[in-house]
Amino acid sequence: MALFVSIDHRLGAFRLRANFACEGRLTALFGPSGSGKTSVVSTIAGLLKPDTARIVIDGEALTDTQSGVCLPAHRRQIGYVFQEARLFPHMNVRQNLTYAQMFGGRGGRAGASFESVVEMLGVGPLLQRQPSLLSGGEKQRVAIGRALLSHPRLLLMDEPLASLDEARKQEILPFIERLRDEALVPIVYVSHSLAEVRRLADFVVVMDHGAVVDSGPPQSALREALFQDTSRDEADVNVLDVLQTEQLADGRRALTTRAGVFHAPQGERLPTRVSVSSCALIITLDDPGRAAVPSILQGVVRSIAREGEGQTCRVIVRAGEADLVARAPEAFVRDTGLREGAHVYLLVTALRMS
Amino acid sequence: MFDAGLTADEWIAVRLSAQVAFVAMAASVPLAVGTAFLLARGRFWGRAALDALVHLPLILPPVVTGYLLLLSFGRNGLLGAFFADYFGLVFAFRWTGAALACAIMGFPLMVRAIRLSIEAVDRKLEHAASTLGAKPAMVFATVTLPLILPGVLAGAVLSFAKAMGEFGATITFVSNIPGETQTLPSAIYAYTQVPGGDAGAMRLTLISIVISVSALLLSEVLARRVARRIAA
Repeated sequence: MALFVSIDHRLGAFRLRANFACEGRLTALFGPSGSGKTSVVSTIAGLLKPDTARIVIDGEALTDTQSGVCLPAHRRQIGYVFQEARLFPHMNVRQNLTYAQMFGGRGGRAGASFESVVEMLGVGPLLQRQPSLLSGGEKQRVAIGRALLSHPRLLLMDEPLASLDEARKQEILPFIERLRDEALVPIVYVSHSLAEVRRLADFVVVMDHGAVVDSGPPQSALREALFQDTSRDEADVNVLDVLQTEQLADGRRALTTRAGVFHAPQGERLPTRVSVSSCALIITLDDPGRAAVPSILQGVVRSIAREGEGQTCRVIVRAGEADLVARAPEAFVRDTGLREGAHVYLLVTALRMS
Repeated sequence: MFDAGLTADEWIAVRLSAQVAFVAMAASVPLAVGTAFLLARGRFWGRAALDALVHLPLILPPVVTGYLLLLSFGRNGLLGAFFADYFGLVFAFRWTGAALACAIMGFPLMVRAIRLSIEAVDRKLEHAASTLGAKPAMVFATVTLPLILPGVLAGAVLSFAKAMGEFGATITFVSNIPGETQTLPSAIYAYTQVPGGDAGAMRLTLISIVISVSALLLSEVLARRVARRIAA
């Protein structure tokens, strides 16, 4: 699936200008609340009529204001999973699912069968229930199933996990991964959660203030985002005050903090703070010697905790007089026998100054 | 035959009233849903005027509404002649005219109830239905209509109750002809105008109370059942 999006739309004082193209199995629209992500997917779905736009899927223009094309939502064959599930309250789960089949499944497009979707999402025991008797996670699973059964050529998911607690999120995430891995349908996934985007996306479009600020594979597109405050809880950004700045002979600066010394390129302003994302800290047991990184810190492991997903560990390292949060794969912790009290080096691969 | 102590003429008045009220209600529902939709969702020039027109029977003296009906739907009235010529439908001094008067008097009540329920519908559900491939007409039939059903029921019952009690516009428009246009309120009124009519008036008053209260209870039961189906 190749998706091309170009939107210029004014909503009151808000201006949305988004241009991107993507081909991935799961493209994430990532950015803080109010950055225009939902407006973009609403436009793709045909629920929002933009001032100027061109939306093309696999060569077919769904919206092209220049030539006056704007297919209504019901003729786009685009599934939409909303943040609040939006199950029909007057129908039970089975009726909600067959509703999609009745209208969407008619287009002659092949797609998942009722049985396979029910089985995959584990909603078999819920079929006779009314939506109001479902938990948040169950509702969202039914909503995903309903969208799939309309046999869409593209599935839009707008923060499908945002209203769920951590346990419920973990309940849904594997299903979305399965959708992606089995390539059942290409997905455009809206989220402001760095953890979700990192886990799910193979292509990321970063948005801010109504504009696309970056796009590409997650590793490169998310680099900047790692530092942004919106995702601080998940990214665990370490923020350190600069105690002393020293100008080095080679033009760089040495910034002394409670955790140790960081080397920073010459800049105009004197930084008062450095921020290091937990993901930008690499733990090594052996002295890495000289490395092309801004800093190498030393410290002692104070605690190791497995994270909810069970694939990474959150490691607290006492470096100097500061506790830093770092992350390490669980396999690394297991293989090296890393434990509390161990002496480690921290490679700081990226830092942000302010 | 069980007569509840009523005379044959009184029974006829009761049956006629129920018939008039039911026809008035049934004929109003589709129009009221359409009007309520226009008022709730429409963005067009003259919406305020339509709103005022719909509410007019509520604020005008019923006798004025009846007189206006007589002018427009009478045998020589513009609309009256039109319906008589093209549909063979005569309103003047017929029970159909009583139904028309009742429908118009109850219309604002019905529209108000339905309009409130339309405004309460979460449009996001309609959007969800359209992303699933349902055409606008199907979205209305399968999502919007079921969701506003409690409001439609409430409006219908209000209109029925209003029709059972309508007097001023009816008697002005179609007079008080036993067996043709003499509804329950007209019959009660007739009794109060003759000496010794008290007993008859009282019997019909009791009947009137029973019918109205039953209609109200029925609507409560129906509305609750529908609401449970939708919410639970």
